[in-house]
Amino acid sequence: LVEVLAGVVVITSKEAVQHQGISLTMEGLVNLQLSSKSVGVFEAFYNSVKPIQLISSNIEVAKPGKVPGGKTEIPFEFPLQAKGNKMLYETYHGVFVNIQYTLRCDMRRPLLAKDLSKTCEFMLHCQPQKSKVQPTPVDFTITPETLQNVKERTSLPKFVIRGHLDATNCVITQPLTGELVVESSEVAIKSIELQLVRVETCGCAEGYARDATEIQNIQIAEGDVCHGLPIPIYMVFPRLFTCPTLETTNFKVEFEVNVVIVLHDDHLITENFPLKLCRV
Amino acid sequence: MHARVRKYGAELQRCRLDAVPVDLGDYHPLKPITVTDSRSRRGGRKGSTSSSSSSSSSVAPDPLSSMLEGTDPLSLFAAASASETPTLSHSSSSVELGRKRRENEEEVGADFEPWSAKRGEILARFTTTEKLSINLFMGSDKNKASSPSSAVSEKVRTRLEELDDLEEGSQRELLNLSQQDYVNRIEELNQSLKEAWSSDQKVKALKIVIQCSKLLSDTSVIQFYPSKFVLITDILDTFGRLVYERIWSMCSDPRPIPDSFSVEDVNDTAKETCLNWFFKIASIRELIPRLYVEAAILKCNRFLNKTGIQETLPRLTAMIRGIGDPLVAVYARAYLCRVGMEVAPHLKDSLNKNFFDLLASFRQIHGDTVQNQLVIQRVEIPVYLTLYSPAIHWILQCVAYRAPDVLLTEMMERCKKLGNNALLLNSVMWAFRPEFVAARATDFIGMIKDCDEAGFPKHLLFGSLGRSLACADPPESERLPILNEAWKVITKVRSPQDYINCAEIWVEFTCRHFTKREVNTVLADIIKHMTPDRAFEDAYPQLQSVMKKILTYFHNFSVLFSMEKFLPFLDMFQKDSVRVEVCKSIMEVFIKHQQEPTRDPVILNALLHVCKTMHDSVNALTVEDEKRSLALLINGFIRMVSFGRDFEQQLSFCVEARATFCNLEPVIIQLIHTVNQLAMETRRVMGGSHSRKTAAFVRACAAYSFITIPSLTSIFSRLHLYLLSGQVALANQCLSQADAFLKAAVSVLPEVPRTISVEGKQRSSEAFLLDFINSFLSTLLVVPDHPEQGVLYLVRGLLNMVQDYTWEDNSDAKVRVYISALPLLAAMSQESYLYTIPKVDSNETLYGGDPKFVAEISRLCETLIGQVLDHLKTLGREEGVRRQGSLAFSLFSTLLAHGDLRNNKLNQLAVNLWNLSHKNGHCDTRTSVRTLEHIKQQAQQPELSHLSDMLLRLSLQSRA
Repeated sequence: LVEVLAGVVVITSKEAVQHQGISLTMEGLVNLQLSSKSVGVFEAFYNSVKPIQLISSNIEVAKPGKVPGGKTEIPFEFPLQAKGNKMLYETYHGVFVNIQYTLRCDMRRPLLAKDLSKTCEFMLHCQPQKSKVQPTPVDFTITPETLQNVKERTSLPKFVIRGHLDATNCVITQPLTGELVVESSEVAIKSIELQLVRVETCGCAEGYARDATEIQNIQIAEGDVCHGLPIPIYMVFPRLFTCPTLETTNFKVEFEVNVVIVLHDDHLITENFPLKLCRV
Repeated sequence: MHARVRKYGAELQRCRLDAVPVDLGDYHPLKPITVTDSRSRRGGRKGSTSSSSSSSSSVAPDPLSSMLEGTDPLSLFAAASASETPTLSHSSSSVELGRKRRENEEEVGADFEPWSAKRGEILARFTTTEKLSINLFMGSDKNKASSPSSAVSEKVRTRLEELDDLEEGSQRELLNLSQQDYVNRIEELNQSLKEAWSSDQKVKALKIVIQCSKLLSDTSVIQFYPSKFVLITDILDTFGRLVYERIWSMCSDPRPIPDSFSVEDVNDTAKETCLNWFFKIASIRELIPRLYVEAAILKCNRFLNKTGIQETLPRLTAMIRGIGDPLVAVYARAYLCRVGMEVAPHLKDSLNKNFFDLLASFRQIHGDTVQNQLVIQRVEIPVYLTLYSPAIHWILQCVAYRAPDVLLTEMMERCKKLGNNALLLNSVMWAFRPEFVAARATDFIGMIKDCDEAGFPKHLLFGSLGRSLACADPPESERLPILNEAWKVITKVRSPQDYINCAEIWVEFTCRHFTKREVNTVLADIIKHMTPDRAFEDAYPQLQSVMKKILTYFHNFSVLFSMEKFLPFLDMFQKDSVRVEVCKSIMEVFIKHQQEPTRDPVILNALLHVCKTMHDSVNALTVEDEKRSLALLINGFIRMVSFGRDFEQQLSFCVEARATFCNLEPVIIQLIHTVNQLAMETRRVMGGSHSRKTAAFVRACAAYSFITIPSLTSIFSRLHLYLLSGQVALANQCLSQADAFLKAAVSVLPEVPRTISVEGKQRSSEAFLLDFINSFLSTLLVVPDHPEQGVLYLVRGLLNMVQDYTWEDNSDAKVRVYISALPLLAAMSQESYLYTIPKVDSNETLYGGDPKFVAEISRLCETLIGQVLDHLKTLGREEGVRRQGSLAFSLFSTLLAHGDLRNNKLNQLAVNLWNLSHKNGHCDTRTSVRTLEHIKQQAQQPELSHLSDMLLRLSLQSRA
């Protein structure tokens, strides 16, 4: 079963238009960009990896001739079939990885008139995965003792924060949910935030580059919240900027969530949870 | 001129209509239209027509009702619904009933006090003199980390302030705003939101809303926070409405969808747009804006799925737990409840959950963070706690709305469990049904007593309790203990302002359930508290309200004034304007509720005092309307004073009143009327013949009027009162007094100005004067001549005055007076007069038809007619032919009616006048024709047969 991209080309003009053919081009590309952090500035600039073409096709919708004045609609249809042994991935806009599908319409025109071109992006969602997702909930407790990367553990104020995420295997259309309880804290809490992070890995000649960048940051608590009262964890996955977790030979797109607790003395406590996103 | 002989009795007999027996059910215009009871009618409606026609005979045949067979459409509907409901409830299944109940639940009834009612109150109550600031950052979140921290130089800041637009990336920080500036700024934002929306800049609109709701996380100048909440949620409401309407209009293509649409009616574009809004809002970084903005567009969930609102409300409720500041959190809850009540009032669970969450986080209020903040802002705990009231009131009001008693009891128990729950207790008393509170009033008092004194002020708690008790009654047996307990606390409140605020509320309860004794005690207490340092000066509105409440419950003025402390209480109103206001309200109640005239000295003394206060407030600057309303009230009082048969007492009351109310003319006039009435009453009691004592008394009454009238400034009042008093004196056989009154009236006549002001407009006085003279003339018929003056000297005197009066140029008024004097003279020359006054000999008996008297009258008539004819001549010369015609015709009519036309000269004169009036064709032909018909009819009588000869000589112009 192959899905199709269907629509109409609309040409509106006051008078009849002379042209030398109207064509449509559909293209799907994965653009990989090496981060300067992983490979030095120059390499990043020169060695950007060649885009991977996932799909490409071209059709002529009108032979050279004349389009009458007024509004003309020409219907078209493209089968969405990947090139060769490639797979179609979901549309995704990241920092180092971009998966984009475009449709371009060109009208070639006789001498002394510019050719006309119009491009638009279209979104692709994967077919839902058949298998059932195991939510795999996770409980967590954060105390000074559980922290890593601490320089002076003694200077840390005492606190106990417990909570759970309802799922780490998340359905992309469903929000991330859970609860968090500040059981005690010596220092007042300033803010509690959920940071959604994308981890993009690009393979290249010298090995691979792995970069984590923030997608969005959602505050779930502001000020010195009531101790002992569960605070909901709730975050909607943004469209376009998230896609089902993706692992290919050339690149990987993964997601993580950080629970960030900012104390009043500007101590920053972060707890990281890798997520696996999927579409059902 | 010779007057024709009149036989008044016979004429009257002839003129009288045939007496027709009136039957009771007959139509009469003044008879009230009977509205028949619709229920009794129901049988008739269903039954045969005969039954309905029989019932309509009992109804007045009002044209409208007769068309509808006696039932007006409204009562018909009422009858229909009354007949339908019972049958419906009989047959309707439980499903039907269930549906009805559900509908009820989904609507918020009129008994739910809407937010709009609270808005103004909050804005007025929570104000500040401190400087406020607005920090708006219209940029994207990415730059945010750097800009606020980096020290923006003062210069840059001011430059940015000047930027009035809200463009991308601009930041505005407005400092040192006064409260009014702040309000204006917020209003500007509201405007720019609407502008942005209408110019299709949806993103900008959203940014404005986000920035505004962000202001709600700022608790600096905390006293102002409730007002800030009101202002900003207005913007949020606007935004919510705009978004909803936009999406609604997107699905309205091609035709509008019904208000009760379902998800299936919504097209995909609309759904996608709506979803987009929710995605955008879900990605707002900060908690508070995200919460508020999502709550604002809660209603839009209806476009997406059936259960959206139902799922969102609990989530948002839980989300509020993340707000650390308890004040910010409680207002967020209030907003959520408000939106929830509007959009889905049937979802009570999340309302309750909000309340329970509030209880759970209650201890935050006394946490360190809050305490530190209060120290920095120098705000005291009681003041801080009152900031919560509007929000908690609102939440509880939503929770308690149509909630079962069980739930309310549970809520109360939960509140009880929390330590130091005064704040909650206060809101519970505010928001729960008064009946609920009243039934447990004793419990509440116990709880109030248990509250910590340091936190929420107790008098506020008692104030709230009192408010509930003013609307609902506690059990009978508990009332006195309640009052005692409450007052025990109230009386200990030190600040007079706090005291009076609370006492004012409890006065209602006291008045409602107790007697004057208790009210008196309360008043004594109020006086005791409010007198030191003239504290009452700052509490006039409350004191006025106390007075109003007392007056609402005590309509018996003898009880009211027998309260020892009532007048001392009245004395506390020392500012003139307020004092008068209070006196007016007392008088209004008196006039409205006093049924019987009174002579109770307590009432009279007190009310005289009250009225005097009102009267004394009149000065040169008092506006006319105010004077009128004061006079109206005082007149109402005077009318209610009656000493029964003790007429002398009544007169002396009037004497006193005249001295007291000398500045209000309408009152003086009323007093004269009262005295005249008194004289007539005396006459009635004596059966028309006075004893020596009563004769002296009625003369005293006349003397009262006589010396009072000249003090009036309105000339027509004076004239009419002279005439009236003269008539009264005459009726009481006080001839010389009557003479004096009438003479005085005549002597005042020349003073009548040519124009008077009527309702602020200058109008010619001529018509009024003519009216007066005519009625004066008709009185003169019965006034006997003074033995020492010549014949008809009053008539002569009047006519002389008329002659000398400076009439308007080109006016026929003088001549019209002459013409109207002719009927009087004719009447005077009759053997027996048309009317007489019992026990007063008129000229008819004095002269007994003496020929000399008759001759005198004839001479007078001739003079008058001569004057009229002269005037007619002058009119002929000028452009006044029209006036000439009409005057000639009216003289002709007078002669016809009153003159003896057998006299040839007079006959000829009449004919000439007829011709003169028709000469120039200005007369009304219809009148002429009817006059001729009248003469024809008259001529049929034997003694007037000569008229038929004259008739031949009168020709109509049209015939000529």
